[in-house]
Amino acid sequence: MGFLSDLVSWFGEPGRWAGDDGILPRALEHLWLAALPMLIAVTVALPIAVWLGHRRIGGLAANAAANIGRAIPSFGLIILAAIFFARAGVSLRFWPAAVALLALAIPPIYTNAYTAIVTVPRETVEAAKGMGFTDNEVLWGVEVPIGAPLIFAGIRISFIQVLATVPLAAVLSSGGGLGQYVVRGFAQGPGGRVEVFAGALLIAVLTLGADWLLSRGERWVLPEGRRPRSSEEIRAAASIS
Amino acid sequence: MILAQAASSLFDWDWVGRNIDSIWRRTVEHLALTGVALVAGIVIASALAAVAIRKPRTYPTITAATGLLYTIPALAVFALVAPLVGIGTVTQRFITAEIALISYTLLILIRNIVTGVNGVPAGVREAAAGMGYSEGERIRQIELPLALPAVMAGIRIATVTVIGLVTVTSLLGLGGLGFFILDGLRRSIIFPTEIIVGVVLSVALAAALDIGLLGIGRVLTPWAREGDR
Repeated sequence: MGFLSDLVSWFGEPGRWAGDDGILPRALEHLWLAALPMLIAVTVALPIAVWLGHRRIGGLAANAAANIGRAIPSFGLIILAAIFFARAGVSLRFWPAAVALLALAIPPIYTNAYTAIVTVPRETVEAAKGMGFTDNEVLWGVEVPIGAPLIFAGIRISFIQVLATVPLAAVLSSGGGLGQYVVRGFAQGPGGRVEVFAGALLIAVLTLGADWLLSRGERWVLPEGRRPRSSEEIRAAASIS
Repeated sequence: MILAQAASSLFDWDWVGRNIDSIWRRTVEHLALTGVALVAGIVIASALAAVAIRKPRTYPTITAATGLLYTIPALAVFALVAPLVGIGTVTQRFITAEIALISYTLLILIRNIVTGVNGVPAGVREAAAGMGYSEGERIRQIELPLALPAVMAGIRIATVTVIGLVTVTSLLGLGGLGFFILDGLRRSIIFPTEIIVGVVLSVALAAALDIGLLGIGRVLTPWAREGDR
């Protein structure tokens, strides 16, 4: 039959949604595989970046982190991680991807948070000090709120990148969240094109949905008057800086 | 002797020596896939940026659309395009890969071109008009050169991003350095040397092109050297 009707019947197959190989468990695996490295990256990289930014040291490291982060192919990183886990006899389904994703997650978070704090105008900081703000008050009352949009942009960019890289982990094992459909479909050649397309559709929906949710989340987190005018602005800030 | 053996278990230099031709060929393939995507990306981005500069009202739509392309994961773009273009022949696979790669460069390039051109001070623009420059001359001789640092910054980011993404095109059977990564993984016993060669060369290529483009940018904009980071 036609491609479209094949696609529709793919989504309607028994066990397609809730079964072991179903869309829901795979989507959950996809999100969990992205969320865990993100949580660790934020907990570790954010305080360091903010503190170094506050002290205004380590600018070169922030720059280098951004460049190296972009240059390392995420695909290769996942597979390199797999080599080491395979030697250690650990299952390849979760940990190689999680570790590689952690390494990918850190640079945007670190660079953006550092830049956010460092680019707070000097005069503003001096003015706060002149008004009797303590060092801590300058950090939490001036630098962090002013830098918040860029800090959040880093987290958002990082999460989207991590979410986009999860599917590549499907090359290693039966994991990789929704990426499994795509990789498996490609392996089947022309016969797998429905599965490839369906998997890609699901990945796109999940990623765009997560991006949208984060853009909503920004409104809750960011102080009033520091909210970006559009989601593109945030994306651009991170893609250019 | 013992040292050499210990090292060979981690990284097999002999393999590199035996496969130097194939390493060279994959590197050239990698560069070709990257180059085509960049040139096409620059052409399309320039056209869209020109529209956005002349009609600022179109700019949010253009960034929203290219932002959408930028957000969709690479593997998903390959996969969405593949059934439509087909992956039966090498040409079809090449087009599939290029569409995905180009779609990644657009947001970065357009942003930087528009930011660069709009960043030209109004006074400079008026001075050029006052000196009798036509609009075309002004754009070519004044605005583009002044926007060049921002444009080059965009090209550098796009280049490094695309080089990383090209490793994924090996899943389509298109070669490039990703071939080594995939081949090393798919042997009956994982072969780290091949994977490391693929990753390291890909990073090296990104670094080399980044530095090369930085150099070209400096040569093209001698006036910007002062104060340039």
